[in-house]
Amino acid sequence: MALAALPWVFAVGLVGYAVLAGGYLATVVSFALIYAVFVVGLNVFMGFTAQVSFGQNAFAAIGGYGSAVLTTMFGWEPVPAMLTGICAAVLGALIIGYPTLRLKGHYLAMATLAIGLITYEITVEWQSVTQGYMGISGIPPLGVGKWTVTSDRGQLIVLVAIVAVCLFAAARIRSSRLGRAFFAVAGSEEAARALGIDVARYKLAAFLLSAGFAALAGSLFVHVVGFVSPEVFGLHMVILSFTMLYVGGIGTVAGPLIGALIVSLLPEAFRGFKDYQDLAYGVALILLLIYAPRGLSTLFRRREAKS
Amino acid sequence: MSILRVEGLTRRFGGLVAVSDVSFEVPEGRVTAVIGPNGAGKTTLFNLISGAMPPSEGRVFFEGQDITGLAPETVARRGLVRTFQLVKLFSDLTVLDNVKIGTHLHARGGLFAALFRPGWARAEEKAVAAKAAELLDFVGLGDLADAPASGLPYGRQRLLEMARALAARPRLVLLDEPAAGLNAEESARLSAIIRKIAAGGTTVLLIEHDMTLVMNTADEVVVLDFGRKVTQGPPDQVRNNPDVIAAYLGGVEIGHG
Repeated sequence: MALAALPWVFAVGLVGYAVLAGGYLATVVSFALIYAVFVVGLNVFMGFTAQVSFGQNAFAAIGGYGSAVLTTMFGWEPVPAMLTGICAAVLGALIIGYPTLRLKGHYLAMATLAIGLITYEITVEWQSVTQGYMGISGIPPLGVGKWTVTSDRGQLIVLVAIVAVCLFAAARIRSSRLGRAFFAVAGSEEAARALGIDVARYKLAAFLLSAGFAALAGSLFVHVVGFVSPEVFGLHMVILSFTMLYVGGIGTVAGPLIGALIVSLLPEAFRGFKDYQDLAYGVALILLLIYAPRGLSTLFRRREAKS
Repeated sequence: MSILRVEGLTRRFGGLVAVSDVSFEVPEGRVTAVIGPNGAGKTTLFNLISGAMPPSEGRVFFEGQDITGLAPETVARRGLVRTFQLVKLFSDLTVLDNVKIGTHLHARGGLFAALFRPGWARAEEKAVAAKAAELLDFVGLGDLADAPASGLPYGRQRLLEMARALAARPRLVLLDEPAAGLNAEESARLSAIIRKIAAGGTTVLLIEHDMTLVMNTADEVVVLDFGRKVTQGPPDQVRNNPDVIAAYLGGVEIGHG
């Protein structure tokens, strides 16, 4: 039991140290935490329910641009802008998910990939709203009324609180009737249906939840950075979040946080390697997947079960 | 009183007729067995009844209502739940969680209940856990509640699947070869469990190769061969039917149980 808590100790220790140290480390950890929110959502759809989506960046883009446009063009407060962005993303997921979730396996993956690419094109081309490649700047920081969070450290603390709530929510979903239905869909659709579980409905529910988390992450990003452009929510976001999910441990509660922290910090740790930085990063990822194929957050649990 | 009535059920796969014009009734509160050689169409028949695939022709009536062609989850909601010949467990989950999933239809929590856990949701969760534990004890897997489902030996996986199906509180349960992978002693225990299920008010329809089990457990036996119904009747009568004996290895007498 004590060893199984190790990933949490690592995460809390690292984030706590970043809060105290501030500066560049605080910035890197802040971005890691924003990604953690995104990956928590991805995990509900891919880990709990075992579906594949390459298009979650679309929902982050809806959340992010929603926040950016509503605050800069219409002068909204950040919080209602974020909530509106999240609602828009969930609504978008409903419209997209209802027909596509009937597709299976590779077809669903291709359809979601297309959604991500289409959203990217929209952010580039719809210049009157998104300002194309120029992007939108001057997005206000997180805050309510006069009280705003501008310091690196303050932002980090707010993000820690948000990630904690997201992980708590994921843990509660995991051990509920809703979560069991997700796991049933993952385990065997045929068996789930034979027990009266409406598989299409629960796939859609998982998709909507993951879109909500993605939009929250997208909004947080633009408020923390103060700027957004199409590249922010490009395909690299999908690749990075997949890496985080598998490195951290797909289907677990701690996995998204651990994965986001490790994958964000690894390149920094290898900065001293200069030209070989990317090589070292790649080798480290391969070693992680060989020695912890079910993710770092299950590494110690597995060892313990064996002995 | 019959709980299930099958009328002229036929299923073709291209030129092959897997089930051909099969009609029979399943008496309520009893144990009915479908027997027949390999390839006789037994599992296809189960797939047609449970909604896993639509019939080419014919109708299925459950409790007097036409359920032909309804989706499996709709059929399950009506009170007809099945197990699978090739066990389909949620293998990454524990034994207990598998049975908890079986209670899905009789619990109600969604996202709100998951996140905020109001009093009724906590009470329901407790009831679900208690019911699951009770069913595991019923099939004799009580000690293995926290084991991963994938780690169970094959025969016990079948018992687990049965407990999971019972958790959905069916009025008719379809068991596809429940005794496969069980030894003689376990098979005898299974027979007692099946009798208990029927005594508890849940009608049982099962497919089985283990003739001893069928003869000792079933009240009524339906015999299929080459997709057709050969005969139907109480075990003693079916055992001595010359057509049945012919269907099995051309005349070797079956089931001395």
